[in-house]
Amino acid sequence: MRELELYFGPQHLGMVGNFSITLKVEGDRIVKATSNPGYLHRGFEKLMELRKWIQNFPMVCRINVVEPDSMEMVYSMAVEKLAGIEVPERAHYIRSIYLELARVGSHLFGLWAYANMLGFDTVAQWAMYHRDLILDLFEELTGGRVYHIYIWPGGVRRDFPEGFSDRIVNTLHSIGGCVPDYDAVFFNNRIFCQRAKGIGTVKREEAKEMGATGQVLRATGMKYDIRKVEPYAAYDKVPWEVPTREDGDAYSRIWVVRDEMIESVHMIFKLLDNMPEGETYNRVPNPFKWNIPKGEAYVRCESSRGELGLYLVSNGEDKPYRVHFRTPSYPHGLTVLEKALEDASIADVGNIMISLYVVAPEIDR
Amino acid sequence: MAKQSLLSPFKAVRYLFKKPKTLRYPFELKDPSVRYRGFHLNDWQECTGCGNCADICPNEAITMVEIPDLEPKPGQKNERPELDYGRCCFCGLCVDICPPGCLRLSRDYFHIHFDTSTFVFFPHDEKTDNEKFLPSDNYSVLKASLSHRRQDNEGFVSDLKYSLFDPERVTMPEVSPEERKLSFIEQVIGYNKEEARREASRCLECKLCEEACPAHLKIHDYVRAIYEDKPEESLKKIFEDNPIPAICGRICMKHCEDACSLSIRGEALAVRWLKRYASDTIKDYKTTLELTPAPSTGKKVAVIGAGPSGLSVTYFLTLKGHKVVVFDALPGGGGMMRIGPPLYRLPLESIDKDVNYIASLGAEFRFNTRVGKDIEFEDLMKDYHAVYLGIGTTVSLSTRVKNAEKCILALDFLAENKIGKGSRVGREIIVIGGGNVAMDVAREAIRVQHMQYPGEEVITKTVSLENWDEMPASEEEIEDSKKEGIQFNPAWGPKEVVLDEKGNVKGLQCMKVKSVFNEQGRFAPTFYEENQMFLKGDMIVEAIGQRPDFSFIPEKLIKKLEFTERRKVKVDENGMTSIPNLFAGGDIVNLNLDAVTGIADAKTASEGMEKFL
Repeated sequence: MRELELYFGPQHLGMVGNFSITLKVEGDRIVKATSNPGYLHRGFEKLMELRKWIQNFPMVCRINVVEPDSMEMVYSMAVEKLAGIEVPERAHYIRSIYLELARVGSHLFGLWAYANMLGFDTVAQWAMYHRDLILDLFEELTGGRVYHIYIWPGGVRRDFPEGFSDRIVNTLHSIGGCVPDYDAVFFNNRIFCQRAKGIGTVKREEAKEMGATGQVLRATGMKYDIRKVEPYAAYDKVPWEVPTREDGDAYSRIWVVRDEMIESVHMIFKLLDNMPEGETYNRVPNPFKWNIPKGEAYVRCESSRGELGLYLVSNGEDKPYRVHFRTPSYPHGLTVLEKALEDASIADVGNIMISLYVVAPEIDR
Repeated sequence: MAKQSLLSPFKAVRYLFKKPKTLRYPFELKDPSVRYRGFHLNDWQECTGCGNCADICPNEAITMVEIPDLEPKPGQKNERPELDYGRCCFCGLCVDICPPGCLRLSRDYFHIHFDTSTFVFFPHDEKTDNEKFLPSDNYSVLKASLSHRRQDNEGFVSDLKYSLFDPERVTMPEVSPEERKLSFIEQVIGYNKEEARREASRCLECKLCEEACPAHLKIHDYVRAIYEDKPEESLKKIFEDNPIPAICGRICMKHCEDACSLSIRGEALAVRWLKRYASDTIKDYKTTLELTPAPSTGKKVAVIGAGPSGLSVTYFLTLKGHKVVVFDALPGGGGMMRIGPPLYRLPLESIDKDVNYIASLGAEFRFNTRVGKDIEFEDLMKDYHAVYLGIGTTVSLSTRVKNAEKCILALDFLAENKIGKGSRVGREIIVIGGGNVAMDVAREAIRVQHMQYPGEEVITKTVSLENWDEMPASEEEIEDSKKEGIQFNPAWGPKEVVLDEKGNVKGLQCMKVKSVFNEQGRFAPTFYEENQMFLKGDMIVEAIGQRPDFSFIPEKLIKKLEFTERRKVKVDENGMTSIPNLFAGGDIVNLNLDAVTGIADAKTASEGMEKFL
């Protein structure tokens, strides 16, 4: 059969974000896929070298539109490590709660993308609505809906408003009440099951080899989560489980996402119960006269997509010398995706891509 | 995993009968949260024009623009931030850095207009301006969008706990009140390197202080040099405008700290102590500064008075290559600084450090030389190309109440205890006055008492016309005095010094003050004659003010010397008096009556003399 070259994206119904894939197809079977990023290159890492330490903090969140919060977290962690800043206990709890809320919000957004792409419009609408409820919480806490600009070096930017914990609990309960509906209409839906099972399978060894993390790796049965491996914020203060699946296909991945959301909600409840009173911010030096001692740091956290790392070098000046992000979408979108697309059908390209949870802005930065 | 049925997805059908979740905007509104980060609001009354918001903005969305119609308050600028919403990312860093807390974000999040230039504007709170703002009770999105008006509702506001600047100053180590009142030990110990650098790091570099400083020192530069641990650089910057940092670093009236942005909601940057740190750290000015005077011009200048302004004129003109001779009646340099501020505030070594450096540049000092007695003023006018009058206010005023001649005058008391043999004091001293000199006298008196009567009970009290709020002494002086055990009697005026049979002082009869100032704000005290009080005391010091002594100037010249309405010597923009060749500055010219204004006068005069010579 004749081999054709097919350009998929950057504008395509099955795509989220500006990203394209060049496919070599034979009929509707993919022979070879080549990821083609670069549509969204904004040069953040270079820009950060030109801005003072604190001026970078409103910028890092823009690297990942869907879940900006982990970006703030790694940046703060790296700066705190380099400058030797302690974070108050309460701020650790607030950070964890906030990051878990962000995870739920991000997963709901991912669910919207996935359901929408597969044609499950009802579920997509629900997910979008529920994500909005979480954005309302963020708006109340931070003043922003999407870019919260909230975790900064030294702690968090503001304490919880009066009665905020109760509103978190109420919102999460009302979202949690819809889990049976989600299950019935989407996760346990036979149509979805047939579309997703056995699609884009990645074996555990392959996944490890290609640097996959997050639910891509956990869907192959490996319990690997930075929150457990290298606990930060308040993740070691409460008990929780790492959900896994065995099959390594799109179906397993989306179930890991579902279980993770439920685990996150439970974790938030536990964190809220144990949260101490006290300060939430240790003041950092005057931003115009803040030179961080010479040194380098690599920190990592578990974003909703996998391991997010930041390599930060200070030359002893008031600006970073070098910033490099290790974003989870990078291996997922470039190496894992190319592998998973081999021998798949054209109709499943978007399906596989979104199940790998690729967010293009993370690749390009 | 539950059983996968083909029918179960139809559970979703029941949602068809539920109320839609979508808001029908703009008819259904959702109120933004209390902390919402929308468009900016700025209270122009509070805004100082410091420009910190523009400096911190990561996107350069904020430009400081001069508003010509705006009359800035003293120590402030008439610049206001202009926002470009094509750049703004609503991060709110500007809110967290704003020292007065006037810049805030509102809960408004839409702005609709055909003209893109409207996206660049000055945030300005004008709650009454109906052209820009819709009143809250008359608000609807439709009205707001059609009329391009906004709603004045505060969102993300500044919180000192989370501010990007540090409102608290590094505490200056001091000798405790119990210990220091027993001797003349210097009260302020001075920052060490680590403390000085930490304090210097608080500076936001908005430069409001430099405007406020009469001598316009390059404060942000020398503070930054201290932060960077380069005290040599710092001292060089200071010496560009101020040749007496060891003196000013201790007793300056710090107009800079009053203007400091940080002082609006916190404690001002300790500019004075940082200057002191720079001058104390450098042991030898000469090798550090490496200043050499210009080649000799052959011109001769006489300076009368080796006070701050006289010393500064000497320094500036010596560097220009002129031959400067300084005449002073005291045995050393410093003028009023030598006799006024007590040893616990300004030790003599610090004065000599500055004076010796100026002498080492080539200036000639003739101490113990009183003009008018040891040398005639007219001779100076004849022999020198120019003469500078920096004589200061050297005669203490008396209350002139009955028996006032039995009292001691403030300057005599201070001089005696600083450079003289030390005076015999009573066990119960009354100080009349509420200014800084009165505080100096009282605090010095209590020290002398403790040294003369160790372990015995001694009392020092002050009587001032002014009440607590009006008292002209600085707040920290009053606080320190209280800590040392000085008693205060505010709003009482002296009526009569009461004597015993032998003619010794027994106490002071006082009457209650009705008001100190008249309606024009001039000094014109009135009293309740019937409300009197007797204060016991065996020694009374009058510290109610000083005046200059022009008696050395011959009569025909003094007639030509013009004075202002406030009895100050009138000088032109070059610092020259109405008599040619005669320049003047310092306390006889300005109303501030402090060292740094004297330096500012000296700068003007030395530039004027340079032109004249």
